This record gives sequence, structure tokens and C-alpha cells, in this order.
Amino acid sequence: MSGFMALYRKEMADHIRSRRFLIVLVLIALTSYAGIYGALTNLSSAVAEDQNFIFLKLFTLSGNSIPSFTSFIALLGPFVGLTLGFDAINSERSEGTLNRLVAQPIHRDTVINGKFMAGATIIFIMVFAMGILTGAAGLLATGILPQSEEIGRLFVFLLFTAVYICFWLALSIWFSVICRHAATSAMLGIALWIFFALFMTLVVNIITQFLYPAEQMSTMGQLVDYYECQMGLNRLSPYYLYSEAVSTIMNPSVRSMNVILPQQLSGAIAGYLSLGQSLLLVWPHLTGLLAATAVIFAASYISFMRREIRSR
Amino acid sequence: MEQKMELPVMIHTQDLTKYYGNKAAVSDLKLDIREGEIFGLLGPNGAGKTTTTLMLLGLTEPTKGKAWIDGKDCTRDPIAVKRIVGYLPDNVGFYGDMTGRENLKFTGRLNGLPESKLEEKCEELLRRVGLEDAADQKTVTYSRGMRQRLGVADVLMKDPKVIIMDEPTLGIDPEGMRELMQLIQELARNDGRTILISSHQLYQIQQICDRVGLFVEGKLIACGRIDELAEQIQQKGYYVLEVAGLPDDDGFRKLLQELGNVDSVEREGEHYLVRSRYDLKRELLRRTLDAGYTLTHLRQRGSDLDEIYRRYFEKEE
Repeated sequence: MSGFMALYRKEMADHIRSRRFLIVLVLIALTSYAGIYGALTNLSSAVAEDQNFIFLKLFTLSGNSIPSFTSFIALLGPFVGLTLGFDAINSERSEGTLNRLVAQPIHRDTVINGKFMAGATIIFIMVFAMGILTGAAGLLATGILPQSEEIGRLFVFLLFTAVYICFWLALSIWFSVICRHAATSAMLGIALWIFFALFMTLVVNIITQFLYPAEQMSTMGQLVDYYECQMGLNRLSPYYLYSEAVSTIMNPSVRSMNVILPQQLSGAIAGYLSLGQSLLLVWPHLTGLLAATAVIFAASYISFMRREIRSR
Repeated sequence: MEQKMELPVMIHTQDLTKYYGNKAAVSDLKLDIREGEIFGLLGPNGAGKTTTTLMLLGLTEPTKGKAWIDGKDCTRDPIAVKRIVGYLPDNVGFYGDMTGRENLKFTGRLNGLPESKLEEKCEELLRRVGLEDAADQKTVTYSRGMRQRLGVADVLMKDPKVIIMDEPTLGIDPEGMRELMQLIQELARNDGRTILISSHQLYQIQQICDRVGLFVEGKLIACGRIDELAEQIQQKGYYVLEVAGLPDDDGFRKLLQELGNVDSVEREGEHYLVRSRYDLKRELLRRTLDAGYTLTHLRQRGSDLDEIYRRYFEKEE
């Protein structure tokens, strides 16, 4: 246990002192500022339409050409995770420190656990600090006090964000175990990031159009199948999963994420969902993200344990 | 030497075998190393030396066989083994953006040393390896020799009973080498630590090792003290004489060739190499005198490690 603490502390210190971490921090601060700025420019017109949950609008409103805070984070979060983990194991190997490390009286998994836990801690601290600071800035700018429910929603949003970024951390640590060079693992991570953020929906469209050709669509049932298949495939992407969950949490008027028929809506009274109900909607998403993180971490754990460690 | 043989066995392996695919990296290794001994594991690159050290540290699982260090099973109980074994890998690396002292402290913490003793221990070890002045520099600025010395300090951080060194002398300048050799000897003689050195640099090994093991293609083909090995070779009928005489003409060469029982006569620089199955020294002396030649050089080879090494390889082939 003392070995784990020593490694954990060293990894934390490494992260905090590294130039890389500073770059990430500056990037996140800039995008937070841009997101908030964009939201503030459009806030008055949005409030004129709907006067509820103004505080949350700070995070979800997009400016004229600036995306909202939440979509910024969905896009850039993976970058943070990848940056913190892409050379976790292979740089130790190429520096020749890994075999010295595993020759110490610690279990081998301590190395990878310590690295993941240190990265995850940094991510949690960073995400929550960023969220609270952004909220504070918005508070100062608008002067509107958040309701307790809004604070709760913000908290859940930040939790989701942290888990989402941890997924990318686990992924990049896995790549750093299986790739010999840090550059290769970074490229792999960036490729996957871009694929999930930009191309996944295109690929899913092609697949679903192949499975359900438009000329053979005749019944309502087929159409529903088509949409459900498309959504199911899209949800394999952590980017999509996270975006969907966040838009539900940060927007209480979202009542469902699946296909809803007009019959199902008949008699429904328009209104907002309570936090508990919104949470129920995104519970599967949180479970999915956590499970994906756990699976990826297990993969890196296993491949690290089986790998023979020789000198560089 | 005699006294040493009675000391308890520190490292013991039994039919230790490791296969990579179909290729045996190490096969049926039987080795006993006693406490306080400096043992040299010699062999060409790729002979399985590093694989052996990895198995001793429990970093690689043997395909077959077992190894014990100080009575602890290296595969089953690697933590207990790593607590008493220091490992200095070939081309040791440190965290470049930490200073030498910080690197040492980190190792100390990994070994569960109390925070209060860390500072003192670091200071003592840095002094011992002669790095006091560079202790607060980042290790990226260290030269290879300095890294190696820091590596020795790093190994001593846990106060090990056994030290395993993988090619410790590679790429160090002669002065650094001399200091390192002296340090290694001190560690064994004064502190009573057992030291296993794997290397292919014969000369250094010869200077400091009590016993050596010759390792070729995963097999230990010879093991013992250097003089014992030399004797073994000679008993098997391998004699090499270095001879030079005056006048150095064709007649002298012819004389050497006609000594009887000579396998071959070669010219090597200033002198001839005479290989034979029997000891020819007396015969050679008599004949050269009779023929009116003056011997200017006569030495029997085979007593240094270089020759032993070469001989064993020839035998293997």
C-alpha cells in the first residue's frame, strides 16, 4: 500500500508540474471563457422566451458562432484524457525506468493502478474546478442566483464529464501499453477521438441505410425500427452517449431520448422534469460510460500484466 | 576461498527453463550461489543472461523449473524476493525531470522506508557513490557513468542482501569502470552482499568475480572458479603456447612444427601460437637450445578468462 501511495503521489506531482498539463489547463480555461461569453451574448433573448433555469442556460446556450460550453467540453474532453495518458507506460519503458520500477517490492498492477488513479484524480479536480469557476463567472456576470436544483444538475453534469474524460484516459493508457512508441499511441487516440466526434454518425447512417433501404420502407413499424437501429448504433460512441446524457441533464424540458409517437404524447402536459426523473433517463448512460471505462481499463490491466518487461 | 564454500546458498535454481515459442532462451539451469560471493554470468549477446535475471526477480515466469533466493520462491513470492534483491538493469534509466536525490527518495518510498530516514540514507549513499555534488541536478543532465553510479545508489536504497547487475560496465570510461569495480568489490567483501553480474566483458569480470558461469544458447556449459576452469580445459588436452625466438627465421617455424603432437602453428603478431594436446614446454626448450635458437618469449595461455571463453566456444562447436 505504501508503494501505491508513493507512486500515486509521484504521478500527481508529475502531472501538475508538467508543461503538458499547463497547456491543457490554458486550453480548457479559454474554451470555458468562450463558451460563457457566447452564452451571455444570447442570454437576454433566450430569457425573454423562457424564464426558467437561467443558470443552466449559461452552460447550454450557444453564441452566434461559438458553440455552447457543454458541446465544447464534449469535443475537447477526450483531448484532456488522451494528453494525460498517452505515454503513461511506453515512456517509462523507453526511459528505462519501467524495469527499475517493477524490480521494487510492489505488485506489478500497482504501477498501472497508480497511474490511472492519479490521472483520474487530476481529471476530477480539474473538471470540478472548471465547472465551479465557470459558474462563478456566470453568476458575477448575470447576478442571478442558481436554484438548488440547478446546482444539482450542474453537479451531475460535472460528474458525467469527469467519467467521460476518465474513459479517454483509460483508453490512452491502454494504447500506451500496447504501443511501443508514445507517438503511435497518441496518433491512435487522436484518430479514435476524431472518428467518434465527427465520423461515427456518418458511418452509422451508411450502415442503417444499407440495412433499411429507403425504397423498401412502407410501414410505420419499419420507420421506427430504422430510427431505433440508428440510435442504438450511435450510442456505441462515448461521444454521442455523453452528449445525449448531458443535454438531458442540463435541459429539464427533455422528456425522452427515444422515438416517441404522437399517440404516446396525447394527454401529456408540457412541463419540466424534476432532477430525479432526468437522472432516471440518463442512468443507463452513466452505467454505459462507467462500464466502457472499466472494460478498457481491464484491457490495459491485462495486457500490462502479461507483457514481459525487458530493458529498453 | 575455502571458508567461503561453507557459507549458506543464497541463490539456488533447479532446472530453470524458459521457452519463447519453440526457442529455449534458458534450458535446465542449475546454479548455486553462496552468500557474499561475486558470481559472473558470462556469455555472448542473446545467450539468455537477461532472461535468467528476469526469472530470478519474478518478472518473467519460467516455463519449467524453480528458483529460490534466500529460501524464497522467485515465482510464487516475488514481492518478498524483490524486497531483498536489488536489480541494476543494463542501461538504467531515471525520471529525467527529477533530481538524483528525488529519484532515490522515490525508490526509498516504494520500498516502504520511513520518511524520517530517507534524507539521511540518500545523503549517505550519494556520498558513497561520489555523487554529492550532482545530487540536486536533474538526471537528464547526467552522463552515462553518473547514471550508473546513481543506479548503484538506487539499488542500495533498499539495503539488499543480493544485487543483480546486468551489464554494469557497458559504455563507461576506464576510470569510471575502475571505481565501479572497486565499489562492487566493497559491497561483497565489506557488506557481505551476494552479487550476480551478467556481462560479456571478460576482463572486468575476471578481476572481481569469485566464480563464473559460461552461458551459451541458454545452457550453462561451465561453472567454477577461473583457475578451476583453466585446469579443466588443460585436462581436456588443450595447450596453447606463445613462443618467440631469435633468430626469427623459417627454420624456427619449422622447428616448432616438427615438435611432435602439435596441432597447429600460427603466427600472431610478434610470436607464434603453438596448439597441442600435451604439455610441450620441456621438449620445446630442449630443441630450441639444441638448434641454436634463443627463446625470447614463452608463455602458456589458457589461464585467463579470454582463452577459457574461446576454448569453450570452440568445444561447443
